[in-house]
Amino acid sequence: MAKYVGARQKRVEDPRLITGNARYLEDVQLPGMLHAAVLRSPYAHARIDSIDTSAASRLPGVVAVFTGQDFADLNPLPCAWQAGGVTNNANTPRVLEIDKVTHTGMGIAVVVAEDRYAAEDALAHIEVAYSVLPTVVDAKKATEAGAPQLHENAPDNICMTWECGDQDGTDRALGASDVVIREHLTNQRLIPTAMEPRGAIGSYDPGTEEYTVWMTSQAPHVMRLLMTAFVMGIPETKMRCLSPQVGGAFGSKIFLYPEYPMVAVLAQKLGRPVKWTESRQENYIATTHGRDHQTDFEVGALRDGTITALKVTTYANLGGTLSTIAPGIPTSLYGSMLSGTYKIPHLHCQVYGVYTNTAMVDAYRGAGRPEATFVIERAVDLVARELNLDPAEVRRKNFIQPEDFPYEPASNLLNGLAYDSGEYEKALERALEQVGYREFRQEQQEARQQGRYLGIGLSSYVEICGVAPSKWVGLPGEGWGAGLWESANVRVHLTGKTVVTTGSQSHGQGLETTMAQVVADELGIPIEDIEVKHSDTMSTPFGYGTYGSRSAAVGTIALYNSVQRIKEKARKLGAHMLEASEEDVVYQDGNVFVKGSPEQAKTIQEIAGAAAVAYDLPAGMEPFLDDTAYYDPPNCTYPFGTHICIVEVDTDTGRVEIKRYLSVDDCGPVINPLIADGQVQGGITQGIAQALYEFAAYDDSGQLLTASMMDYAIPKAEHLPHFENSHTVTPSPVNPMGIKGIGEAGTIASAPAVVNAVVDALSPFGIRDINMPLTPQAVWRAIQEAGR
Amino acid sequence: MQKIPITVEVNGRKASREVEPRLLLVHFLREALGLTGTKIGCDTSQCGSCTVHLDGMAVKSCTVLAVQANGSQVTTIEGLGNGELHPMQQAFWDNHGLQCGYCTPGMIMTATKLLEENPNPSDEEIRDGLEGNLCRCTGYENIVKAIRAAAETARGGS
Amino acid sequence: MYPEAFSYHAPSTVEEALALLERHGDDAKLLAGGHSLLPAMKLRLSGPTHIIDMKHLRGSLDYIRDEGDDVAIGALTTHRSLERSELLRGKLPVLAETAGCIGDMQVRNLGTLGGSVAHADPAGDLPAAVLALDAVLVAQGSGGTRTIAAGEFFHGFFETALEAGEILIELRIPTLAAGSGSSYQKFFHPASGYAVCGAAAVITPDASGNVASCRVALTGVSEGAYRATAVEEALVGKPFSEELAAAAAEHAADGIEPLEDYFADATYRGHLAKTFVKRALLTAWERSG
Ligand SMILES: Cc1cc2nc3c(=O)[nH]c(=O)nc-3n(C[C@H](O)[C@H](O)[C@H](O)COP(=O)(O)OP(=O)(O)OC[C@H]3O[C@@H](n4cnc5c(N)ncnc54)[C@H](O)[C@@H]3O)c2cc1C
Ligand code: FES
Ligand code: FES
Repeated sequence: MAKYVGARQKRVEDPRLITGNARYLEDVQLPGMLHAAVLRSPYAHARIDSIDTSAASRLPGVVAVFTGQDFADLNPLPCAWQAGGVTNNANTPRVLEIDKVTHTGMGIAVVVAEDRYAAEDALAHIEVAYSVLPTVVDAKKATEAGAPQLHENAPDNICMTWECGDQDGTDRALGASDVVIREHLTNQRLIPTAMEPRGAIGSYDPGTEEYTVWMTSQAPHVMRLLMTAFVMGIPETKMRCLSPQVGGAFGSKIFLYPEYPMVAVLAQKLGRPVKWTESRQENYIATTHGRDHQTDFEVGALRDGTITALKVTTYANLGGTLSTIAPGIPTSLYGSMLSGTYKIPHLHCQVYGVYTNTAMVDAYRGAGRPEATFVIERAVDLVARELNLDPAEVRRKNFIQPEDFPYEPASNLLNGLAYDSGEYEKALERALEQVGYREFRQEQQEARQQGRYLGIGLSSYVEICGVAPSKWVGLPGEGWGAGLWESANVRVHLTGKTVVTTGSQSHGQGLETTMAQVVADELGIPIEDIEVKHSDTMSTPFGYGTYGSRSAAVGTIALYNSVQRIKEKARKLGAHMLEASEEDVVYQDGNVFVKGSPEQAKTIQEIAGAAAVAYDLPAGMEPFLDDTAYYDPPNCTYPFGTHICIVEVDTDTGRVEIKRYLSVDDCGPVINPLIADGQVQGGITQGIAQALYEFAAYDDSGQLLTASMMDYAIPKAEHLPHFENSHTVTPSPVNPMGIKGIGEAGTIASAPAVVNAVVDALSPFGIRDINMPLTPQAVWRAIQEAGR
Repeated sequence: MQKIPITVEVNGRKASREVEPRLLLVHFLREALGLTGTKIGCDTSQCGSCTVHLDGMAVKSCTVLAVQANGSQVTTIEGLGNGELHPMQQAFWDNHGLQCGYCTPGMIMTATKLLEENPNPSDEEIRDGLEGNLCRCTGYENIVKAIRAAAETARGGS
Repeated sequence: MYPEAFSYHAPSTVEEALALLERHGDDAKLLAGGHSLLPAMKLRLSGPTHIIDMKHLRGSLDYIRDEGDDVAIGALTTHRSLERSELLRGKLPVLAETAGCIGDMQVRNLGTLGGSVAHADPAGDLPAAVLALDAVLVAQGSGGTRTIAAGEFFHGFFETALEAGEILIELRIPTLAAGSGSSYQKFFHPASGYAVCGAAAVITPDASGNVASCRVALTGVSEGAYRATAVEEALVGKPFSEELAAAAAEHAADGIEPLEDYFADATYRGHLAKTFVKRALLTAWERSG
């Protein structure tokens, strides 16, 4: 009987967080620690002619100043996920740039001082001579003739040209359609803005020649691999990486950044630990951004609303250099998901990955899937509008049906994988019923008569989660330079207290709770007896980390498998202790007993003790209940659902108010509804933010205009509605728990729901599209232009 | 370099230090006193992660000089509950009012003042009252819920 | 994040503060609530080498006093005190309303009226109210005190009529004529919370429903807060109606080149000016009588 799984279990990690006792990176103090500040290029494109650090070095409190030359023996950072099957003209940052910068914020020099104030003071005294070069910030313009060229190996600034689907078939199907609708969409650049900025601390032990690096990372094991084997050329065994408490990440803390190997090397050079933490401004100009697509699409349909084909061309802005997995995002995680929840018979997607003089773009919550969902969910609405059909009806008409699963999107879009399971219409109907769709249409009519503009927007999404199958994602398939399995170790100590270590990394998702819930139920022990440990390469098994909503569907399954093996061993030992034959005993709720005689049971605590003292084990059994599992799933998982948004537009100012927001998500069985709803709410917020508020604005010279929280509008409580969240449950056949994943669903679904709602509200003006973000000015202008 | 002796009563205990005039209160608390529960999330005084109580008022400790707090009383998240969980901390826990926890100390410090001034706020008043505190994780739904719950507890409800 | 080094002074009287100002000249800055100055210093946009903290002057410069024809407000009165003052809510409600629109609770707890006015941020809220209320500003310098009419005070981008070495010590605000209505309407920047456009209006009706007098001021739109006199002229002496308000509001940005940034271009800001003036007028009228 599940006691914990499915319950609204309060989080076990919270007591330290609500009392200020959690230790984030910035809170870690080491004896003798020095502080580093990085000098960053104010120019977006320039040659570095000379750097003079002498004045800075002489300032009080300054210990040393280094430039790129001092790190010239280190390799540039690796790009670990290049677009599959095509050439990638890769250019990546160095620890500090030596002769050239391609975006503002690239590191040029570093000051190490006794305290951060002194380090900061010295930055102003470093003299750099730059030759400023012409800039380009727009991905499409960067590919045009005459555009400034960023890298010698990337003609026309093209990093890669990638495609999926079937171009000829799609063209033919478009030609045979009753209607073809063309639209240009902007999926604007966003800044992830984890509340905790990034940072790192390096220390070095000359006796053992070992480095220890603390950092704000979603994937410490991967960081260690990339830093040692790829950048520094030292054995992995000579470095320990740890993430302390991490204050949010949303993708931006997956990647290897220059400062991480930098602090390690600085600590070694100076013989003292070195801490670096970024300011918010550095976070905005030098940490990765997300999205930034410009897309043209054509969608074909029959008069009855049947969609016949979708053809998409996207320019994906990758920034001035490539971040760790940048090319994988607008390709495998984007093009592959363009069929959405619909049976579209012909699809084709062409992607140009482009360098521009802007910050690096990489995965940001949803990573590729929000962009794909935005295209298809806008396309469906445009079809409905063109054909004068109800958008809900067009969705129903084209949905993949329950009996179609496993469903392989047409044109081999998913490169051999298939959607696992789904009841898309059920989620839609549930959402329509909850929102009172028909009543709303009535209300909308009445409001229009009074000059009030209400609108409703639907978004029926499917996403790809638990990104893992190593065979699919790896080099021969989608181009990821590794596998993507996950790991867990379970140890039941003498008294039955259990320690779980995982290769996953919790930075707000509550894995310490959800993983403990699973173990508690499976082992039949109280949740208080379980400790979930993570984020230290020394004490946890290798794992690829937490992102892509993979810690439930992959990480937790590794754990589940490990617990099954522990249980099996406990059952055998229990049988031995009961002097019964193995076939006759069962493991149930923490007890091993002969079937039918539960009163004569050995508890897991007794068995763990017996396994540990090991005086009397069955022949051939090793002591201790300890198991490590590595899990590589056969497929990804495909959560889905429908979100509905109702807005009112103030046509005087263009301001959009969200009146209601409702979600029906299906992530398979929910481990903890409290946490799942929290994930959905946070996710929805980031999608609403994209639809209405956030955008990273660059001027033509590559200066970020929204480089502070005074300018970049992350939503406040007053900007958001109350969320109405519910779930349907369609288990995934991919894993034994049926889990799908929920970390990114909200973000993937919400932006198109909001945009569809605003466009619906303004349909009386003849408005059919407004590019994101729908700021008051953009909406007001659209109304003005439509009126003309 | 000028150093100024200051004495600040932090969480009920007097702390005396010599500080540079430019030292921000948040750095005084975190670095000089080791009270790292108070967080820093921005450079422009927007995020509210650094909120503490200064002479009974919620303030952003990143926008106050330590020398300005000389002679004042400061309460940080560490001192809020006097060794136990303050009802607001309990409410955040019960209602899943936090995810990564980074905004949480500041959020809780603001929320306690919000209720002191308005013991029975509507959801809208709670949302307005949080305009100086940003959270990137929760979408605020459960923060609002937690504050509402804390208000109910304080009024003697369940 | 980390201000540059400076020397710190905390004088106990206005006179001492003035002496320090005189001694250190341009290298010195007064510190009131610090909520404009410190953010600028943290970003190293401002680097005074002497800070003159006025915290010990609070005893003498933090007050809201009813003086019959005027309400006198000390320069160090916080936004929070303005917002919550029963006296102001009764006599000058638009000032309390405007102060309540500033930043957030934490900012309002420390930021001061004098600091806001002296700083003259083009997107600051209080300058609009101060103009619409026709306040008189009292400045003290080494040579004594002088008064400056609000209409003469704001000189655009962070510029005011205050001279080097002067401290703004008080604002004197004439109480409103009986029956007046007032309102401050603000379009909040979603990130900073400052005014993309803010409009303050004070209207006094006469017995027959005509506009007897009226003052309208805007902030956020131009390099400094300004009185929209063309709007006022279009209203005075006429019977108030929604149509009249709308027509008058069309003059909100007459002679002004609206500011332009990534969030709102000049055309849109100009449009907001009209929209928010109209809203301020309608609300003020509704509250009058
Ligand atoms: C996050 C945040 C949000 C904000 N939002 C808003 C907003 O929405 N609307 C708004 O209007 N403001 C806003 N502000 C600014 C806030 O209102 C400031 O408090 C105000 O602008 C300055 O007042 P202060 O007392 O803090 O002055 P300080 O910062 O101490 O001083 C500002 C300047 O004025 C000078 N000065 C101060 N007092 C005097 C005096 N008596 N005589 C002569 N010179 C003096 C100082 O030398 C300095 O140059 C915000 C600030 C922050 C940090
Ligand atoms: S650190 Fe962001 S407001 Fe203080
Ligand atoms: S819980 Fe992460 S920022 Fe609020």
